[in-house]
Amino acid sequence: MDPNAISLKATGRGRRRLLANRVAEGSAVLAAVLAIAVLAVVIWSVGSRGIGAINLDFFIKGPSSDFFGGKGGIAPALVGSLMLVGVATLIALPMGVLTAIFVSEFAPVQVSQQIRLWLDVLNGFPSIVIGIFVFTLAVKTKVPILGIGHHQSAIAGGFALAVIMLPLVARSTMEVLRLVPNQLREASYALGVSKWQTVIRVVLPTSFGGILTGTTLAIARAAGETAPLLFTCAIAGQIVDWNPTHSVQSIPLTILNDSESADPALHQQAWAAAFVLILFVLVTSLTARLLLEHSRKKLGLQQ
Amino acid sequence: MLAHVEAASVPAGSLPRTRHLGDRIGDGLLYGLTALASILGLLVVLAIVWRVADGAWPAIKIFKAGFLWDNQWNVNLNQFGARDLIIGTVVTSFGAMILAAPLSIAIGLFLSELAPPAVRAPVGTLIDMLAAVPSVVIGLWGIYVLAPFNANHTAPLIHSVLGWIPIFGGDPHTESTVFTAIVVLTIMTIPITSSICRELFMGVPSELEEGSIGLGATRWEMVKTVVVPSVRGGVVAAVILGLGRALGEAIAVTQVIGNFIPLKHTIFAPGDTAASRLANQYQGASTNTQIAALIYLALVLLVITFLTNYAAQRVVKRFEFQRTGGA
Repeated sequence: MDPNAISLKATGRGRRRLLANRVAEGSAVLAAVLAIAVLAVVIWSVGSRGIGAINLDFFIKGPSSDFFGGKGGIAPALVGSLMLVGVATLIALPMGVLTAIFVSEFAPVQVSQQIRLWLDVLNGFPSIVIGIFVFTLAVKTKVPILGIGHHQSAIAGGFALAVIMLPLVARSTMEVLRLVPNQLREASYALGVSKWQTVIRVVLPTSFGGILTGTTLAIARAAGETAPLLFTCAIAGQIVDWNPTHSVQSIPLTILNDSESADPALHQQAWAAAFVLILFVLVTSLTARLLLEHSRKKLGLQQ
Repeated sequence: MLAHVEAASVPAGSLPRTRHLGDRIGDGLLYGLTALASILGLLVVLAIVWRVADGAWPAIKIFKAGFLWDNQWNVNLNQFGARDLIIGTVVTSFGAMILAAPLSIAIGLFLSELAPPAVRAPVGTLIDMLAAVPSVVIGLWGIYVLAPFNANHTAPLIHSVLGWIPIFGGDPHTESTVFTAIVVLTIMTIPITSSICRELFMGVPSELEEGSIGLGATRWEMVKTVVVPSVRGGVVAAVILGLGRALGEAIAVTQVIGNFIPLKHTIFAPGDTAASRLANQYQGASTNTQIAALIYLALVLLVITFLTNYAAQRVVKRFEFQRTGGA
């Protein structure tokens, strides 16, 4: 062996630097692993505890009124959540899409920046405060603007959820509209098509998939929100109720109430309801995200 | 022939309108409709502030600013003060930020600098899924899985090492604690903060990074000297945005924190926050003064979260502007 050969092995300072690098990289990996592990543990906890109580009765029956813990179901809460999210979507979808069209097609830059900023501010408001806002508007008010009378209702709860959804729908739609290639708009104008026709016939169909997935993400978020319902749609009967002017049960509130109950049978119900909720939320947001990625790529390629 | 040309060269001002009446109405209608929706959206923001301030007014008249530093929540005597609730909000949120900030920055770095492209997307998606888990489910898990685990393992461990510091004192085997609330809030803020961090780090020009590596820096030195310093303000804003989420989280916190004031001097004891108290008393509110006091509390929370979010948004906007050149 040649004694004069230069060793490429790091020593001294160089070794310390490599070691520091190794430690830093390791911590970054560890942090990511930790976050994913928490997600896995949450899903596993909910799944393993909840799956036992899930059967057909769980979906089609109301809560058990049997004192000795007969097996009940969450049918009223399922129907209630469906109605709440339905009302919220009916309000937030058109409002959000119209706002996004205004920002991306009509408004001058200064104005659209302001609207974006205020939508972000609205998005940052605590959801419990939005619940209290609707409470003062619909439930405890001298002029019943929203509620039919001075009481909680699915309409009031749905409106609160709509306020949560509005910035989400508007922001995601803006993102998609921004991806629609300007050449498409220009081609349409060059053919003598007016602006409103261009928006309705060219811009919206091109971005339809993206708007749909953005809305789905917002629905997934709204379906899991509890805080806005506390003051607006919380005190309800134990039966399936399709009347939106009545206060109805909902999945998130069922979980909250059952989790704080002293009856272990209700804890089981809470886990099962949580399992249904988490499954719905994760599956819808995951598919929506994948579809969004897909439509984003499609639009990106056209550009 | 000549006559034909003459007929075509009419003065510009008197050109017949080529646009159909329907198009003019349609354009105006769409403009009006979309502008109206935007204005309504902004009005909602104003209405929230107005209605909450208005609902809080009776309590503001009775308790004035003293509400902020009095400490009692006595329904029977109609005496309300929010000092410990505000302190509880600040302690839990800042505690969560102390844990979440380094973790989020590390995750952001992992996703932007370290992970191979094939790992990047799925890991990023999984961490975003953590944000999608509803807070009531995190809270349920917090009560029955995290709280016992903390009481049996984490808290005693921290107590045995740092127990001589008062905030880690007390009985570490308590189940409903401020500490568990801090951990829950950490879990809920990490996805928000880390995804903004990732975006910021990815926006750092690769020439700068390659230059640093070319000069012989290790990856960690490159991150330390180039990546993080060039977006430092943005990282601070990302952490503040996470803080805004933590300040306003009601459900998960109310499930694990034990809803108890006055606060103890240790995090291994029950406590309460403003948002948690609001969530906790939704059914119990009976007198008008109590309802007004709750709305006053909501107003305080609204002001705090508004200020934090607005400040953070301004900083984030500046970075977006810098990166995209204002596009």
